[in-house]
Amino acid sequence: MELDPFMLARMQFAANISFHILFPTITIGLCWILLYFRVRFTLSGDKAWEYAYSFWVKIFALSFALGVVSGITMSFQFGTNWPGFMERAGNIAGPLLGYEVLTAFFLEASFLGIMLFGKERVSNRMHLIATALVAIGTTFSAFWILSLNSWMQTPAGYRIEDGVFFVESWWEVIFNPSFPYRFFHMLNASLLTAAFLIMGISAWRALKQVDGPATWRVMRTGAAMATLLAPLQIWIGDLHGLNTLEHQPAKVAAMEGIWETENGAPLTLFGFPDEEAKTTHFAIKVPKLASLILTHEWDGEVKGLNEFEGTTPPVAPVFWAFRVMVGIGVLMVLVGWWASFVLFRQPQESRGEHPWLMRALSAMTFSGWIAVLAGWYVTEIGRQPWVVNGLLRTSEVVADHAAATLMGTLLGYVGLYIFLLISYIAALRYLATKPARSLSLLPQAQRFHKAEEEGA
Amino acid sequence: MDLSFWLPLFFAGAMGLALLIYVLLDGYDLGIGVLLPFASDDEKDLMIGSIGPFWDANETWIVLGVGILLIAFPQAHGIVLTALYLPVTIMLMGLILRGVAFDFRVKAGDARKGMWNALFAAGSLIASAAQGWMLGAYITGLRDDTTGLLFSALIAVTLPALYVLLGSAWLLIKTDGVLFEKAIRWGRNALLPMGLCLLLVSVATPLVSSVIADKWFTLPNAIGLLPIPLITATAYAGLVWLFNSPVILRSGYGWLIFAALTVICVMASIGLGYSLFPEIIIGRLDLWEAAAATESLLFIFWGTVITLPAILGYTFFIYRVFRGKATALSYD
Repeated sequence: MELDPFMLARMQFAANISFHILFPTITIGLCWILLYFRVRFTLSGDKAWEYAYSFWVKIFALSFALGVVSGITMSFQFGTNWPGFMERAGNIAGPLLGYEVLTAFFLEASFLGIMLFGKERVSNRMHLIATALVAIGTTFSAFWILSLNSWMQTPAGYRIEDGVFFVESWWEVIFNPSFPYRFFHMLNASLLTAAFLIMGISAWRALKQVDGPATWRVMRTGAAMATLLAPLQIWIGDLHGLNTLEHQPAKVAAMEGIWETENGAPLTLFGFPDEEAKTTHFAIKVPKLASLILTHEWDGEVKGLNEFEGTTPPVAPVFWAFRVMVGIGVLMVLVGWWASFVLFRQPQESRGEHPWLMRALSAMTFSGWIAVLAGWYVTEIGRQPWVVNGLLRTSEVVADHAAATLMGTLLGYVGLYIFLLISYIAALRYLATKPARSLSLLPQAQRFHKAEEEGA
Repeated sequence: MDLSFWLPLFFAGAMGLALLIYVLLDGYDLGIGVLLPFASDDEKDLMIGSIGPFWDANETWIVLGVGILLIAFPQAHGIVLTALYLPVTIMLMGLILRGVAFDFRVKAGDARKGMWNALFAAGSLIASAAQGWMLGAYITGLRDDTTGLLFSALIAVTLPALYVLLGSAWLLIKTDGVLFEKAIRWGRNALLPMGLCLLLVSVATPLVSSVIADKWFTLPNAIGLLPIPLITATAYAGLVWLFNSPVILRSGYGWLIFAALTVICVMASIGLGYSLFPEIIIGRLDLWEAAAATESLLFIFWGTVITLPAILGYTFFIYRVFRGKATALSYD
């Protein structure tokens, strides 16, 4: 691959945003789960729920810190890498990002302090409210940023004068055609990611026999979520796909590896898309299924990539990423149901009898990450060559930096991110094994440690 | 009322305010990061404990400052951040390192605590210096000749000294005992370099830019502006006096140091604002040329008017909840 500055700028942005999204994906979902633990504790007074809260809030805080610092990077990268985007679409993108800072960032960052360190200083009710405010803040944040991203995919409510975008209707900008689908798809993805994270780490603790009184309950919480939300995600995903077909048919054609427009198009399960030859090699096809899924009719018309000469996204990455996302989604449904089937019929003492479920769950700990990244690659690479779909090309807004500068900083970022990712997973392992001892700075910590021993 | 005139002015003020609050708030926690290697292990925990509930929200003010630049002055945002690409990247890496080190140092196991402490300090120093460099480059109108680079280097040294002072001042409010005495010493040591640099910056700014020189040294402006250097000098003299009268600091007046530093920072901001106005990038672009469309500004104006007081309100609330002397933090 030739490394021109444009490609390097895209790779750098991709590296930053891929690393960033890992952590909000966890925190948006995990915060609602923490609120659930907190409410259960308040209602029942059961110490196990408090233990679950205090164990998971540590992981939440660590994930949140990684999300914050990588998010700050994002807020600068719009300007350092894509100044043209802000100069052309700033009238629309600016206020949406501004509302994210004003309504979400300060809320979550401020009340996080109380959530983490304020238990002794505020009333039980205030602590609960702080937890709820952080959860609301993370969700607001997702609302605004997904609104902007969706607008870039399906622009609406604008007019263009001399190449610059102006707003005609804020309502249409914010609630643009793809926004509801993308927002709920991402929120649900976040809840699922968090569900598999809490199940995975709990299962790992059960396998290592370091589990506490709350481990089984936490696993059940995750299993119940996965059982309901994984099928829901497939349904939302289907609706999202129909919406994409309407507004971005080239992306769907790349996802499905369809080259010629067809009625009754077959569904390609696997194959090797070849952009030069404009065909998919060794394709395994199911007749008419693509038409059925995409148009909900056996003989519906599906447009092929050849219709969109010059404005097609890179086919292979979109095609493969889509299969990874769907594959993990299906796996999540199966494992989620399996987990519920076992966990809701068995008491904690039976954990030794289900080693395969525990292994499967702990293998799936970070499955949400892979599915979310794959999903974002589908939608973002699938939007290319546009930065604002159909209106503004990515190549038009790139900054003018030397390839060497971009290469150097790209390597710096990637090196740093690999180091941080390893440290993050190592810290999770460490916390999972020695939850109380590592943080026993106050007598209170010993209390929990004791509670854990008594319960186990 | 002409909105296309007033709205850019409002957002320039809001941006200045956000960045001033950033310097004061994140300044003290960055300064504590820089000071960390000079403390014993127990003191390190206490120092980190004193900033624990706050640093996250403190850092959000720079996101707001840069956010307003992006929202209200998209043209300037692109030019400034493209020109400052390298220092911005370096600052971001510093902020990333220190932000995560804060959590990792107590969550990754005792064996690695030393490494994360070192990364916390290094990240804080790198971020502070890079911010100084950016400020310097911005004041010169993004010049990249030798004078411009020298000037940026000068501010890259100044800003960490200011942050160290703010960090010491914070410790004088939040701690007592041995650490308190150390904070007095640290603050006293940082005072001279900071004062010297402040003086150099004040002299250098008009030298670097003739536009700025004209604004300050013509009558009658010069007389009207006199309070700015006078108040700054008085506050600085107050700092010197307080640091040499530790008995006052020990009897519960440690907060006076932070107050005096706030006065200096406010004066510096007013001075800087006056120097720049009405330009947003000296010699290239004024506020109104760089501004976004009026309807976009109006949309975010209402959001700002409603949320900013709320943000200030709950920030005040958080500081009240965690008032008093700090303890080493536990996540349990």
